[in-house]
Amino acid sequence: MKPSELLTRIVITVFNLGVVALSLALWAQTPLIHARIAEGGGWSPNVIQAKVGEPLHLKFTSDDVMHGFSVGQMEMQPVDIEPGKVSETTLTFTKPGIYTFFCTRWCGLNHWRMRGTVKVTGSETGTPEPVTPPLYVSLGLDLDKPHPVPFAPAGRPSAANGQKLAASLLNARFTTPDYYRSHAPAQLFDNLRSTGLSDSQRWDLVATVWQSNTTPAGLAEGKQLFAQNCAACHGEFGGGNGVFADDLAAAGTASMQTMNGDMAMSMQTPADFTNPQRMLGASPALLQGKILRGGMGTGMPMWGTIFTHEQIWNVIAYLYSFQFDYPK
Amino acid sequence: MSKFELTRFPLIKNLLKNRYPQLAVFVLMLAGFLFAITAGFVGTPVGSHNFSIVFVWIAWWAILILVAVPFFGRGWCAVCPIPVVGDWLQRGAVLEPAPKMSKWLNLRVPAKFRNMWMQNISFTLVALFSSVILTTPVVTSVVLAAMLFLSIGLSLVFERRAFCRYLCPVGGFIGLYAQTAPLELRVKDKNVCAHCAGKPCYNGSELGSGCPWDVFPGGLTKNTYCGLCMECLRTCPHDNIAINLRPFSADLAKPSAKLDETFKAFIMLGASLVYAYVLMGSNGSVKLVAYSVFSPAWFGYAAGFLAVIFGILPGLFWLSVKFGAIKTSSPGKQFTTAATALIPLGLMFWVAFSLSFVLTNATYIFAAISDPLGLGWNLFGTAATAWQPMLSSLVAPTQTLALVGGLAWSARTAQKSAPQAGISSVPVIVYCLAATFLMLWLLL
Repeated sequence: MKPSELLTRIVITVFNLGVVALSLALWAQTPLIHARIAEGGGWSPNVIQAKVGEPLHLKFTSDDVMHGFSVGQMEMQPVDIEPGKVSETTLTFTKPGIYTFFCTRWCGLNHWRMRGTVKVTGSETGTPEPVTPPLYVSLGLDLDKPHPVPFAPAGRPSAANGQKLAASLLNARFTTPDYYRSHAPAQLFDNLRSTGLSDSQRWDLVATVWQSNTTPAGLAEGKQLFAQNCAACHGEFGGGNGVFADDLAAAGTASMQTMNGDMAMSMQTPADFTNPQRMLGASPALLQGKILRGGMGTGMPMWGTIFTHEQIWNVIAYLYSFQFDYPK
Repeated sequence: MSKFELTRFPLIKNLLKNRYPQLAVFVLMLAGFLFAITAGFVGTPVGSHNFSIVFVWIAWWAILILVAVPFFGRGWCAVCPIPVVGDWLQRGAVLEPAPKMSKWLNLRVPAKFRNMWMQNISFTLVALFSSVILTTPVVTSVVLAAMLFLSIGLSLVFERRAFCRYLCPVGGFIGLYAQTAPLELRVKDKNVCAHCAGKPCYNGSELGSGCPWDVFPGGLTKNTYCGLCMECLRTCPHDNIAINLRPFSADLAKPSAKLDETFKAFIMLGASLVYAYVLMGSNGSVKLVAYSVFSPAWFGYAAGFLAVIFGILPGLFWLSVKFGAIKTSSPGKQFTTAATALIPLGLMFWVAFSLSFVLTNATYIFAAISDPLGLGWNLFGTAATAWQPMLSSLVAPTQTLALVGGLAWSARTAQKSAPQAGISSVPVIVYCLAATFLMLWLLL
C-alpha cells in the first residue's frame, strides 16, 4: 500500500469518526431536562438532586410544545421552555427538603401532571420552622363530602351595602380570621338569623365579613395565581368552563383514572365557583383542603407543594369574589 | 445549438480529473451526512429545530431541486456521500485502483432489476411515509442510515454502484430530470471509443475504476444514468471525454424513454400534486391523516396517492395519447415517447412546490446551524432566529412563473416528441395545461 493511500485512509477515518465521536461526547456532557406533555412522559429526568447553598444550573428543552418551569414555594421567575430551543436558569436552595417543580404553561389536557421533584440535601441554615397541620385537618373536615346549600341569595351580595349594617349589627366573633376560615358563608348567614335583617341584607353582611378578611394585594395575588394555574380548567371567570373543561369531561375514566363509575365521571367537570349552592356551603378551610390535597380521581391536582399557605388563602379569597361584590 | 466544452480549459479539466478535490468534497459531505444522522438520533425531536431535518429536507432539498438538478443534472450524484463508503470497500482502496480480482462477490445485478422500477418503488415508499420522515428527526436518521448501509451492502454483493443505479429513491428522479440540464458528459468522438482497446472507461485501469454507473461513455445519449463521477475522465487514454455546456432539455429532443422511466415521470408529477395539496394546503385534517401512518385513514390516503400516481395520471395520459393518435404505432411506444413532455413539466412542478416549502422554512436553517445538536449553543449568533417566511411576497409570482414556464417548456417538448410518437401534440398539451391549472390552484 502506498503511503498516500494509507495516509488518506487514516485522515478519512479519523475525521469522520471524530465528527461523530465529538458530537456524541458534547451531547453526553450537556445534561438537558426534557419537557414533554404528560402523555409523552412529562419531565425527563423528573428527579433533580441539589445541595443547600450550592447554585443549581439547569438547562431545559421542550420536545413538543411550549412548557414552563417553576419550583413550588420558591420565589422565582418561571422559565419558558420553547420546542427545540434551550432555556437556562440557576437556583439556590437555602433549606433542605423535597421541592416540587411543575409546568407553568397550559401545555395540554394533562398539563397539571407535569411535575417533578428537586431533592435538596445539606444542613439547614437558621432555625427550622415548626410544622403545623393544615386547618382542614385540625377541624376534621371531610373534603369529599358534598356541601351544597339549599338556598341562595336572590342577587349578588354586596360588601359595600353590608358595610353600612356591619358596625351596629355584627357580633365581633364573626369578624375574626378564625371564624372566617372555619365557617362557610351559609353558616354565617344562618348565624345572622337573629338580627331581624332581610335575607338580602344578611347576605350583604356575609359579603362584608368575607371582604374584611382580604386585602387588595391579597386578592390581586389570588387573581393572578388563579389565572395562571386554575383558569385552564375552572375558567377565567370561575364558571368551570376553562379551555380544558370540555376535554376533561370527555376524557372519561381512562384519562382521569376514576374507579367508581358515573359518580366519579360527573366529578370530572371542573368545579363552578360561580354556583352559589356550591360555593356558599364551602368554608375557606374546606377549600384550603381541596387545594392542598387535590381531588383524587377528579383531575384536580394537589397544590400543597407548590403554593405557600399564604398563596392558598389568597386564592381562596379570590374564589369568593365570584360570589360577592367587593368594592374596587 | 452548439455545445461548449468546459474541459477545454485546463484548470477545469485538471480539477475534475484530479482525485483529491472530489475526495475532499466527499469527505466533508460524508462527515456532514454522519453528523446529520447523529443529530437526528440525539438532537431535539422537534423537527423544525433538528439539524437532520433542517439540513436534509430544507437546505439540501433546496439546493438539489432548485439549483443542482436544473443546472447540473446529476451534479449532486458526483458529490453524494452515500455510496462512497461502499465504493471504497468494494475497491478495497480510497486512491488506488481496484484489484483485478474483487475481494467481494462482485455479482452482476440480475437483468430484471436493471431498470428504474426499484427506484420507482423506493421513491414511492419514501413518498407515502414522507409526512413522518420529513418531520421526525429519528425517522430521518433511520432512513439516511438505511440508505448508507444499503449502499454499502449492495456494493459488497454486486458490482459497481448498484444502489445508486437501481435503488436510490433520489437517484431515479435526478436521472430523469438531468436530461433537461444544460450540462453533460459525453465523448468527443465516438469513433475513438469504437476503436479503443480494452475500454478502460468501462473496465477500469490503473488510473481509475470502470464506470461505477455501468455505462459505456461511448454510447451515452442522455444524462439519465451518467453519475458525473469523472472516473472515465480519469481513465480514458485518448482524452476523449468532455464536459459540455449545452442547451436546456437537449436529451429530450430524441425521446428514448422506457416504461420504467415514463412511470418515474408520472410518479414525480403525481407526488408533487399530492404534496402541494397535503403539505402546503390549509387542510389540517389531511396533514394529520398523512402523518398517522398505518391508521385506517392513512391507508385511504396511501391508496389515493397510489391511485393518482399509478392510475389516474397515467390513465388520463393514455386516453390523451389514444385520442391524439395520428399514425398506427405501438401504443406502448406512443405512450412512453409522448410522456417525454411530462419531464420538464414535472421538474417545474417540483421547483414551484419547493419554492414555497423552502422559503417558508428557510429561517430554521439559521437557528439550526448555530445550535446543530440542540444543546443551547449559539455558534454563529443566530440560534434565536425566529421563524418567519422569507420573501413571501415573491413566492406566488415566482411559482406562477415556474409553472407557466414549465407549461411552455413541456408544450414545446410535446411539439417535438409527439410527432415522433405518431400522435398530435394537442391532447398532450391539453393534459399539461390541465395539470398546470390544478397545480396553480393547489399552490396559490
